[in-house]
Order: sequence, then C-alpha cells, then structure tokens
Amino acid sequence: MVMEIVCPAGTPAALRAAVKAGAHTVYCGFNDETNARNFPGLNFDRQEMREGIAFAHAHGSKVLIAINTFPRAGNEAIWHRAVADAESCHVDAVILADLGLLDYAARNHPGLRRHLSVQAAAANADVINFYAQTFDVKRVVLPRVLSVQEIAAINAETEVETEVFVFGGLCVMAEGRCSLSSYATGLSPNMNGVCSPANHVEYREDKGVLDARLGGYTIHRVGQNEPAPYPTLCKGCFGASNKSGHLFEDPVSLNAEQLIPQLQKAGVTALKIEGRQRSRSYVAQVVRNFRGAVDALEAGRPMPEGMLTRLSEGQAMTTGAYKKTWR
Amino acid sequence: MSQSQALIPLFPPGLARVLRVIPLAPLSLSLTAYSQKIAKSHPSLFRRLGEFDHVKFVLDPVDLPFVICLAPSGGVPRVTVTRGKGDGVARISGPLAALIGLVHGAYDGDALFFSRDLVVEGDTGAALALRNAIDDAELDLAQEIAAISGPFSGPLLHLTAFIQRHTQVYLTRPEEAEAW
Repeated sequence: MVMEIVCPAGTPAALRAAVKAGAHTVYCGFNDETNARNFPGLNFDRQEMREGIAFAHAHGSKVLIAINTFPRAGNEAIWHRAVADAESCHVDAVILADLGLLDYAARNHPGLRRHLSVQAAAANADVINFYAQTFDVKRVVLPRVLSVQEIAAINAETEVETEVFVFGGLCVMAEGRCSLSSYATGLSPNMNGVCSPANHVEYREDKGVLDARLGGYTIHRVGQNEPAPYPTLCKGCFGASNKSGHLFEDPVSLNAEQLIPQLQKAGVTALKIEGRQRSRSYVAQVVRNFRGAVDALEAGRPMPEGMLTRLSEGQAMTTGAYKKTWR
Repeated sequence: MSQSQALIPLFPPGLARVLRVIPLAPLSLSLTAYSQKIAKSHPSLFRRLGEFDHVKFVLDPVDLPFVICLAPSGGVPRVTVTRGKGDGVARISGPLAALIGLVHGAYDGDALFFSRDLVVEGDTGAALALRNAIDDAELDLAQEIAAISGPFSGPLLHLTAFIQRHTQVYLTRPEEAEAW
C-alpha cells in the first residue's frame, strides 16, 4: 500500500498547489488561535475552508484540520466551535491534542474522525492505545524524538495508524511541552498557536551582519554570507563560559526522504511534511519530491535524489532522531 | 512552479544608472493605477492583510536606484516611488527579480530569507501578512498589464515571455504542472 503524503497548506492557494502536486492529504487550520500556526495573513476562514475541502475532494485528496492548541480556561467555546465547523465543512479528520477537546469531540461529534496531534507528544504504545480506547483516535502523529526502531516497536503494539514527519522545521523539545517562546514574548505555540510571534521579532542588518531580536533580546547574529535561521530561541546562538554556540540545536531542517523504505518497514502509514507557514512554491516542490519518492518505492525503483536543500532552514538537513548516531 | 531556487538574477547596472534620472512622479501614478486595478480583481488580498491593511510598506529592490512605498489603504492602494529611504512600518529588501518572483509564487519567501537574498526589517508581522496575502492571491503581473493594454496585450505578452526567457526573471506566474 502506498504511503500517504500529508502536506501543509497555509492558504487556499497553497492547498490547491498541494493537491495539484500530488498530495494524498492536506492539513490546514482556521485563522485563529485554535491551530499551532496562528500567523498574520495565514490560514482559512470558514468559507475558504469549505471551498478548499470541496476542491481537494473533487481531485481525490483528503483534508485534515489541525485544532491542536490547548483551550484556555473560560474560552473553550472557541475550540468547540472549531470542531463543529470542521465537521460541517466535511473535513476528513481533525487533528487534536488536548484531552478535554478530544473528549468533547468524541462525545459531541462521534462521526468525526480524530487524529492525535504531535502536540500531544504521545511517544509510546501504552499512551497511544489509551487515546484509541478512550477517544477512538484513529491515527497518531508521532513526536520527532523517536528512532526508526522505536517507531517499529510502537507499531508492533498498536492498531492505531502512525504518521511521522519527514521534512521541514525541527523542534528540539517534546512537542506540546515547549514554552521557550513564552519566556521572551509571553506567547507560546501551545496556548496561542505561535512560536516566536512575528510582532515580537525584529531584524536589523548592518554592513551585511544580520541581527535577529525576539522580545527585545538578541538571539542570534549571522555574518554576511551565512544562511539565516528562524528567529526561535531553540535555534539561538548564546554565549557561556567564554564560548558561543547553538545551545539547544543547530538551525537545520529534517529530511528523512532516504529513510522512507525503513519507515515503511516500521509500519508507518503516513509521511508528514512540516510548513503551513511556507509558500505555495515550497508546498509544490516538496510535495512533488516526496510523492515521487513514495511512488518510486511502490514501483520498486531506487529512491530519487532530492533537490530540497535550498528550501531548508540553515540550508542544511538532518535525519534528526530517526538515526540517533550520537548513541 | 520553479523546481529549485537558483541564483537570483540582478538588474543590469547600466539600465539601473538610466533609472537614476527618470522622473518618478509618472511612475508613481502609473503604479498606483495599476495596483488599484489589481485590488479590484483580487479583493481577498486585502482581507488577508487583516490589521495591516492601512499600514505602509517599503519594497526595496536593492539593484534599483529607488524604493517603492506601498500603502494598501484598505483596498484602494497608493504607490509612491522615491529615491530616499521611504517611509513604512516594514521594509522588504532584495533584488528586483526576487521580489517579482515572490509575487508570482516562483520563489519561497522563507528560502530567500535563509539564503539572505531577502531581508525584512521593521514590523515582521506586517511583512509576513503581506507575503502571505500576495502568495495566496496567485497574481500574474504580466497578465494584469495585458488586461488593460487593449490591442497591445498580445505583443506585450510575447515581449514579456521573450525577456523572461533571456533574463530568467519570473515576469509571469510560472505554469503549474499538470495535476498528479
């Protein structure tokens, strides 16, 4: 069975580009704090979502809606409304992280298929089976901290479909549990849908040297011909003990393209591409690349060499935790 | 869509020197009329700008001797071309070919940022909103000009295609490949 390519879309144009480029499934979010990419100018209003889903279905693709932030006390209705609207838009599944919201969706929208977001950080078979038994979760997006062997071990002990990230930005923390951004800005991906919110980011370039500031703090400085990273604290360059370096992680992108055969053997159902904040150009290029890879695998051809380095943060790529070579 | 992001072509320095002496007022008026025409055919672009639809942006083609100040003005945009630094809450700088390629969806904005071909200064949120709104609008600047050029539209599009072939600048929206 062909592995499913799950592709990001931050705008209706990106959704159409993804579908035309061969995405089996597209994931997106409403234009509010219910999803973890709540950026200016991004995401879908209800009408755009309805039209986007109809377009995808007409072309044989599925759409998932990420409602994967954690409802704030007293404001749960915003998240409840998002789940109800997702169902009325005829979405194929919702991607949820919060236990309370999963419970709400299971009770009030039992016919709406539920996936567990990477934000829930479900990293072993016991917790995944708990989500399946309690909330009838059909698929789990695994956090980017597992090796291929660990993923295989999980799949051996659960009937729940697994979806893993194969390309795009990396988070060093267990997803759903990172509050680094809030220390500098007061806002975090978990509660507000934004890591390093744009209105707290400031760039200054002087004589080719680019400074990035977040919440008033300089978090990295790159020289004239050095690639620029995203302005996140986890990719910041800090000084300590007379040395400076990337304390948490280097600015690189995940690219597990060459591991797709191993991921298939490990029982993975779907391959996820990160980047709802990226352009339709990115979406089209990355989807075509990965669709070509899974089709080659299915046909028994060798995996093609990708051309995605220039699209990667830091213009460098890693296989991340899938190959824990440091062990 | 472009297959990968190759080197960004620069505007010919000789032609840029000529632009140092051209009068800018007619250019401003023409670009304002042109952008208002685009605004009429792409109203969603301004909706997507949200809270930033009344701020001013400075677009700085670093290989040209002027900057372009864009005021969306809630859907009735005004464009001012100036040889000064320009006035706006956010400045987006890069080679003209990169800025035009972004408008046409040929390049990815984050990738241009990683490679330092694009620099954003000032209100990053405003710049992000503009980038996302334009990316979603699926604009084709050559087609928009042709639409108001009457009998000259055909030759104009041929000329645009000729220049694009010889300069590698995305003057039109790249053709999308056939659906998978």
